[in-house]
Amino acid sequence: MKTITAQKPLEEILQCLGKSQGVYIIGCGTCTTLCHTGGKAEVMEMKEKLEAAGKKVTGWMVIPTACDELTKYALQENAEDIAAADCILAMPCAIGVQTISFHLQEDKPVYPALNTLFLGLEESPGHFIETCLQCGNCVLGRTAAICPLVRCAKSLLNGPCGGSVDGKCEISPDIPCAWQLIYDRLAEMGRLDEMEEVEPIKDWSSSVSGGPRIVDVDAESGIISGKTESEAESAQN
Amino acid sequence: MKAGTNLEKILDSGRFAVTAEAGPPKGTSAAVVQRKGEILRNCCDAVNITDNQTAIVRMSSLAGCVLLKQTGVEPVMQMVVRDRNRLALQSDILGAVSMGIGNFLCLSGDHQQFGNHPTAKGVFDIDSIQLIQMMKKMRDEKQFLNGEEISGDVPMYIGAAANPFADPFEYRVKRLAKKVKAGVDFIQTQAVYDVPKFARYMEMVCEQGLDKRVHILAGVIPIRSAGMARYMRDYVSGVSVPDEIITRLEQAEKAKEEGVKIILEIIEQVEEIPGVHGIHIMAVGWEDIVPEMVEKAGLMPRPIL
Repeated sequence: MKTITAQKPLEEILQCLGKSQGVYIIGCGTCTTLCHTGGKAEVMEMKEKLEAAGKKVTGWMVIPTACDELTKYALQENAEDIAAADCILAMPCAIGVQTISFHLQEDKPVYPALNTLFLGLEESPGHFIETCLQCGNCVLGRTAAICPLVRCAKSLLNGPCGGSVDGKCEISPDIPCAWQLIYDRLAEMGRLDEMEEVEPIKDWSSSVSGGPRIVDVDAESGIISGKTESEAESAQN
Repeated sequence: MKAGTNLEKILDSGRFAVTAEAGPPKGTSAAVVQRKGEILRNCCDAVNITDNQTAIVRMSSLAGCVLLKQTGVEPVMQMVVRDRNRLALQSDILGAVSMGIGNFLCLSGDHQQFGNHPTAKGVFDIDSIQLIQMMKKMRDEKQFLNGEEISGDVPMYIGAAANPFADPFEYRVKRLAKKVKAGVDFIQTQAVYDVPKFARYMEMVCEQGLDKRVHILAGVIPIRSAGMARYMRDYVSGVSVPDEIITRLEQAEKAKEEGVKIILEIIEQVEEIPGVHGIHIMAVGWEDIVPEMVEKAGLMPRPIL
């Protein structure tokens, strides 16, 4: 699993930086390195482009995993060069960008250089597909472990729409119809009868539609928020 | 009687129904809908008003249905789940019923990428089968989706679409069965050009006894030219146009006449297929041809009721 990212156009990045002269660039050694969007090579490339556009790059670093809390220490170690800059241009995914912003000691803008697209499954070398909407209410047990919410363009829960032709989605010949994939896999397993049941209307309140999602995780016992008092009690006993 | 609409009465009495389709304008003119109503009034039993068809913004289906009703034509209100969540769908249903609209058609809707606002967020809170379920609950239990009581009756004759030509073919009848299970009363199919394939589909429908539980109206789209036929074959999702039809149109001296002839042949054939209880004519932007077609097909006088 990787967070798939794409670089923003340089024009948009420059517009974002605005009047900031000094820029400190941060890359990430994990997902954006593998995507070739924010690893060391791309950070160096960005440095050149910014300098060509008249910016002063006060320094740069590639944090091994920018979304990790160790980012705090990486920022402290490079505090001097960061202090010399007017802003930070961050080349990790959006989670890394926000981790940097969260741990940054000084009041300095952090701008993203990338667009964060999706959590990708590598279907074949270098070919990533979006497989999870993070809806908080998993349906995979009823759909042959293929998520129709994110792999069907209309998030249909009750089989393919009338636009499914030759195994392709109506929106593009490059996109497989999720429900054809589900159908084929269920057919292989002799479980086609499962597609005859009407899937009930979805509870979207567990998704982002229900408001920002927050959980508390205890290092030993796992997620502790969301449990009822009696459940928490029995867990303690 | 579920809604007591003429369409329901015709189908339930075992008579052959004819419905047509009218697209509302990309603007505010009531006259456009009224004009289409005038054309279609005496050649069909009910007329569908499309709901932002092909994801292009037009006057709302609800307003179109009200205007149509004022011209004396019975409307079928199409509803897609692409643009509205469960709250908006339910409130529009209440509004439509309050205005005397009784026929509804539940659809997924073409993906927003095809339309004139491709950067829109697609809603798809519920799907088309779940919309059928929701309508049935509103009508039969007088309850909203959340179980709260609705004040007043919600008489609705619930329709949906079916595409016998999409894939996987073997699943299409099962998907229809799901719609029946969800509570659909009538079906209007995607346009039929490949009659043998449609006949195979209907055979499977009848084998499962679904023809006894739902009224199926075969869809037809009149073709004006070989170019239009090719376009439908290549770009309209889920429509299959056999090469033979394209060749006939290419070789015809008067393509329009040949197009009408082809559709009349198709109507004649589908009328004979067991389980077909009517036809639905989608003359996209060519409503003028419908009276002539229905006349020549020997399906006049209309409306029956």
